[in-house]
Amino acid sequence: MLGYVLRRLLAAIPVLAIVAVLVFLMLRLTPGDPAAVIAGDNASSEQIAQVRHQLGLDQPLPAQFAIWIGNLARGDLGESFFFKKSIGELILGRIEPTLSLAAATMLIAICVAIPLGVVAAYRHGSWLDRIVMGVSVLGFSVPVFVIGYLMIYVFSITLGWFPVQGYQPLSGGFGGYLHRLVLPSLTLSVVYIALIARMTRASVLEVLTEDYIRTARAKGQVERKILFRHALKNAAVPIVTIVGIGIALLIGGVVVTESVFAIPGLGRLTVDAVLARDYPTIQALILLFSGVYVLINLLIDLTYGLFDPRIRQ
Amino acid sequence: MSAEPTVLAPALPSPPAISLAWRLLRNPVAVASAGVLLVMTLIGLFAPFLGTIDPTAINPAIRNRPPGFERTIRAEDGSATAFRYRMGTDSLGRDVYSRVLYGARVSLAIAVSVAALALAVGLLLGLLAGYIRPLDGPIMRLMDGLMAIPGILLAIAVVSLFRAGLPAVIAAIVVPEIPRVVRLVRSIVLSVREEPYVEAAIMAGTRLPLLMARHILPNTVAPLIVQGTFIAASAILVEAVLSFLGIGIPPEIPSWGNIMAEGRSLFRVYPHTILYPGIFLGLTVLAVNMLGDGLRDTLDPKMAGR
Repeated sequence: MLGYVLRRLLAAIPVLAIVAVLVFLMLRLTPGDPAAVIAGDNASSEQIAQVRHQLGLDQPLPAQFAIWIGNLARGDLGESFFFKKSIGELILGRIEPTLSLAAATMLIAICVAIPLGVVAAYRHGSWLDRIVMGVSVLGFSVPVFVIGYLMIYVFSITLGWFPVQGYQPLSGGFGGYLHRLVLPSLTLSVVYIALIARMTRASVLEVLTEDYIRTARAKGQVERKILFRHALKNAAVPIVTIVGIGIALLIGGVVVTESVFAIPGLGRLTVDAVLARDYPTIQALILLFSGVYVLINLLIDLTYGLFDPRIRQ
Repeated sequence: MSAEPTVLAPALPSPPAISLAWRLLRNPVAVASAGVLLVMTLIGLFAPFLGTIDPTAINPAIRNRPPGFERTIRAEDGSATAFRYRMGTDSLGRDVYSRVLYGARVSLAIAVSVAALALAVGLLLGLLAGYIRPLDGPIMRLMDGLMAIPGILLAIAVVSLFRAGLPAVIAAIVVPEIPRVVRLVRSIVLSVREEPYVEAAIMAGTRLPLLMARHILPNTVAPLIVQGTFIAASAILVEAVLSFLGIGIPPEIPSWGNIMAEGRSLFRVYPHTILYPGIFLGLTVLAVNMLGDGLRDTLDPKMAGR
């Protein structure tokens, strides 16, 4: 098991290194002078030169990379040109809403999608199966923001159950926090439910044809236990994998959902940074999101051993 | 879903394109989806003749009118005709119906060009990685890196690098789609190059370009068609998302994403500017996805119903 963990850890390092190089090159590949872009349209040539020096853009590329990586390693993400404050601080202040949204979405998605997928596989070919599959394709086919506006229209404007937009920090009371979190996380969970339900169904469907399921039936095991103990546990690896891969979708969805519901999180920060062409902030955010994505998938790889003892060796 | 005896396929290779089309025709969902796409394409092509007016014509006097609003339009020769704004007007007084119909043109063009570009670049890189050993490592590590950046975020990053415009948006949607195509092509090449007929061709002295074109490339066609449909579906969605975030194609070009982006601020009072393009977009992407599922099931019967 330890060897397996080490191998997975070592495999994640080059990927993160490549992401870092790509993100570093991003600014340097911009057509034109990045210092001029960052300094803005009305900057004087002295200001541009100052920005160039500040970013280290007047040095050779490898040296720039070394400085940048060195700063990152010390936890210094640099200074935001638009928000006029350190990027580390900026990100820290925006983590709570995004983390809450992502966690709530994941919770809803897993609780809804896995039972749906199992039942669809068990009743393979029935109307229920067709509905689950049909709705899941529909979930893939509508942009997140359209789902968000539909939710707002139905649940906020027509029924008045939830506030239209906004976020309340956890420190302002749990009730209000949760009340404002329901619609955004429901919105964001639609795609995720579609993804996980499909994979659960396919995976359980395959396992249900195995000999040990027939054996379990033959010995008189109750169907519910066959489904959830024998089938689901053996179907777990692909399901857990898709939950991890789906994090990429979730991160993209966070950016959009936070814009729809005016949530001041990292996604909204990303859009604001892009609109303001605040490259150091964009770089830091891409690096952060990609790092989280890779690390979560690494952690998920490590859980395979829990489900499948063969992987532990 | 139906149990067809596809296992007993003839050993002799039948013309693949014809039998594929034939099998696809027996899949009612795929046929219906193809029908929807045909209608959308025709709408896009013939938008000027479907009772539309200039989709970019601004008219401050009739902003935010509800669907069904009527007004007489005076032509230059003095004749007056009643024009009905079937889907209402947006906050600049433009006809939403005309914009949605012309939007089909823009959104479908983006879908097709993104799919074609992603497949072309991915195919080239995949063939190189799969066949030329020294290139395999560098290309695949680069793809790993690109895949580690969540798609929408990568698209946003690419957009932010260039001046806003159609080429930048297309590039932004293409780049995140490339790694999956490269992986697909590479895995096919790696499995095909061990086949006896490829080894025989190499032994017979077939030159690399001919070997690629005649023996390796044909194996990638079917999976690439399936992948291409899914890329097209996601391209329409990503374009809409980028436009919605305000970093998509220039707002005067009517794409479905842009029409919805324009309507977002007044959504609470006038939902029709998001509703109608949303329905068109959802229907189209749904049809592309369903067609992709149908194609995949037809090409790989083992995947049917999954």
